[in-house]
Amino acid sequence: MANLKELSKRPELLSGGHRLCAGCGAGIIARQVMMAAADKPVVVANATGCLEVSTTIYPFSAWKTSWFHSAFENAAASCSGMEAAYKALKRTGKVDKDIRFITFGGDGGTYDIGFQSLSGAMERRHRMLYVCYNNEAYMNTGIQRSSATPLGAYASTSPVGKVKKGKEQIKKDLTKVMVAHNIPYVGQTAVGYWNDLTTKVQKALETDGPTFINVLQPCRLGWGYNPADTAVLGRLAVETCFWPIYEVVDGKYKINVKPKEKKPITEYLKLQTRFKHLLRPENAGIVAEIQKNIDENWAWLQMMEECSNKAGV
Amino acid sequence: MPEKKNLKAKTGNEAMAEAMRQINPDVVAAYPITPATEIVQIFSQFVADGLVNTEFVAVESEHSALSACIGASAAGARAMTGTSSQGLALMYEMMYIAAGLRLPIVIAEVNRALSAPINIHGDQSDTMGARDSGFLQIYCENSQEAYDSMIQAVRICEHPDVLLPATVSTDGFIISHCMEAIEMLPDEQVKEFVGSYKPKNWLLDVDHPFTLGAIDLQDYYFEHKRQEIEAMRKATKVIKEIGKEFGQKFGRSYDMIETYKLEDAEAAIVVLGSTAGTAKVVIDEMRKQGKKIGMLKIRVFRPFPFDDIREALKNVKVVGVMDRHDGYNGYVPPVCSEVRSCLYELDKKPKIASYVYGLGGRDITVEMITDIYQELLSGKTDTNTKYIGVRE
Repeated sequence: MANLKELSKRPELLSGGHRLCAGCGAGIIARQVMMAAADKPVVVANATGCLEVSTTIYPFSAWKTSWFHSAFENAAASCSGMEAAYKALKRTGKVDKDIRFITFGGDGGTYDIGFQSLSGAMERRHRMLYVCYNNEAYMNTGIQRSSATPLGAYASTSPVGKVKKGKEQIKKDLTKVMVAHNIPYVGQTAVGYWNDLTTKVQKALETDGPTFINVLQPCRLGWGYNPADTAVLGRLAVETCFWPIYEVVDGKYKINVKPKEKKPITEYLKLQTRFKHLLRPENAGIVAEIQKNIDENWAWLQMMEECSNKAGV
Repeated sequence: MPEKKNLKAKTGNEAMAEAMRQINPDVVAAYPITPATEIVQIFSQFVADGLVNTEFVAVESEHSALSACIGASAAGARAMTGTSSQGLALMYEMMYIAAGLRLPIVIAEVNRALSAPINIHGDQSDTMGARDSGFLQIYCENSQEAYDSMIQAVRICEHPDVLLPATVSTDGFIISHCMEAIEMLPDEQVKEFVGSYKPKNWLLDVDHPFTLGAIDLQDYYFEHKRQEIEAMRKATKVIKEIGKEFGQKFGRSYDMIETYKLEDAEAAIVVLGSTAGTAKVVIDEMRKQGKKIGMLKIRVFRPFPFDDIREALKNVKVVGVMDRHDGYNGYVPPVCSEVRSCLYELDKKPKIASYVYGLGGRDITVEMITDIYQELLSGKTDTNTKYIGVRE
């Protein structure tokens, strides 16, 4: 676990001057991940999305490390190829350095269109860290709903109207799905917890195998809040247990951040225009359902941690 | 030329797999699909037996197969894959990207009809769908050509004037599963011929980090595409040089096209792939009866050999172009369209007839090709595409 002073002395592999929005959480995540990874040479694969388009407008690049992008749905597959090339070239002596691989994808590129290639890459046990910067919708194309969009949220393809009240389905729990791949390290964290994120990245990169970190990323444009509040939103998501921070190491669950007092979900919802309609009295039922889902999931997670401790696995 | 020929009985798929073994690529990423499965299946056995240094990635789709090859190639590896039909169609998106990023990946491809209706047999609609992807396209008449072309393709694609990917295609089942005697080269001669892959920029060269795959807007995209177009144009010269060098070293020369008894021909057909072999039999038979007929086989469809075709057909009175794919009410199907366009430049233009044949692996027989020649010689051709051997 690094302290902030140590972290600030590390090389910045993602430089400033990129064109992400003011207050963008994706830039915060990428910067902190790359700071944590800077011990060893690192090669990055990026899915199509905000992070990709905003950091590499030809002939400029914000990346001070080898960086690759080819399409939307295949970041994990293209990183598989790079990692396979690394193994082959190391065997034949063309590469002698110890290199690490990191893949970045948004929730669209990870939960939805890139889900198959991610699952394949994890099953094949390529040594890569996959980081999902999860802003819960297709922000790059204008806030369309994804399978990571939470119940009740407005998105431009799950709009609020006279009949519909935003997204009608609960979100996919991708972190659980990744745990089901029996990979050695799965982590979930949020913007606003730099120490937790950088520690998780370092743990993942030390792991000889596929690793996955799901980072909740407030998006000021898509969520509708003051750009200064990005970290505040990330913290509220954790304090309401809407997005628990935990890790699963070799199958063992550990909750890394336990709120002293679980705040009601309305504290989180009321700061975001995507949930504005839910605060109307006629939509109280949806809020109650969201709260119920949170409570059940939080109880389940605590149970999993308890079981892990008891079993001593 | 070796003194004693090393003849082996090999199917098209085996011949391509053997070529891949001898090329010994750094990375092969592949997914099974009939009738190309055997190529990578045989190759994975080579990996299992330690006969190659290759990292074999058994991916979860063809899209990921080409994506992994793209990642590997960008990283600095020589990368190859094999596929067919729907598999190639699933790769279409990534084919444009492999070419646009200038990555010299070779695909061992087996031509098969596209769904629907689902069909596993040979026609050329799969590669015709990738016509404008920026891939070089080599069509093989038999297993020997498939073996030789795979070896040449690596050199062609990696040539600094080219740096484009290629498909090397055989006709599904007709070549892929047909056993023929082919001459295999000694391993060390292939190794020497292909050399090692030395990319200028590669992602694993971490002391020289760079960004590949940046967003390229109105101010640069066109220039990058223009360079890609120019590379495809330059590939013609490289293909000819390497085909000639292959001939000097191993006794079998290759060019963009192959002509058969065209010198004094009044009627000719233009064809791609295995049907050229059948046509040669027809030509020999009909020439015995005094018919002045010949054939032009297009070996390389991209880049398109328009100069060679124009030169070869300039004295022919009537040309029948045989497509194993249709253009769905384009004026004529794709091969005919290209041939017709390049002959338009001639002052004395031959008559052109269009034939579509063999969709979904429908047999193309000696009799059918004989009928085509007879129609061409009769002077009774018209501009409508004829569909050969179909129940109308």
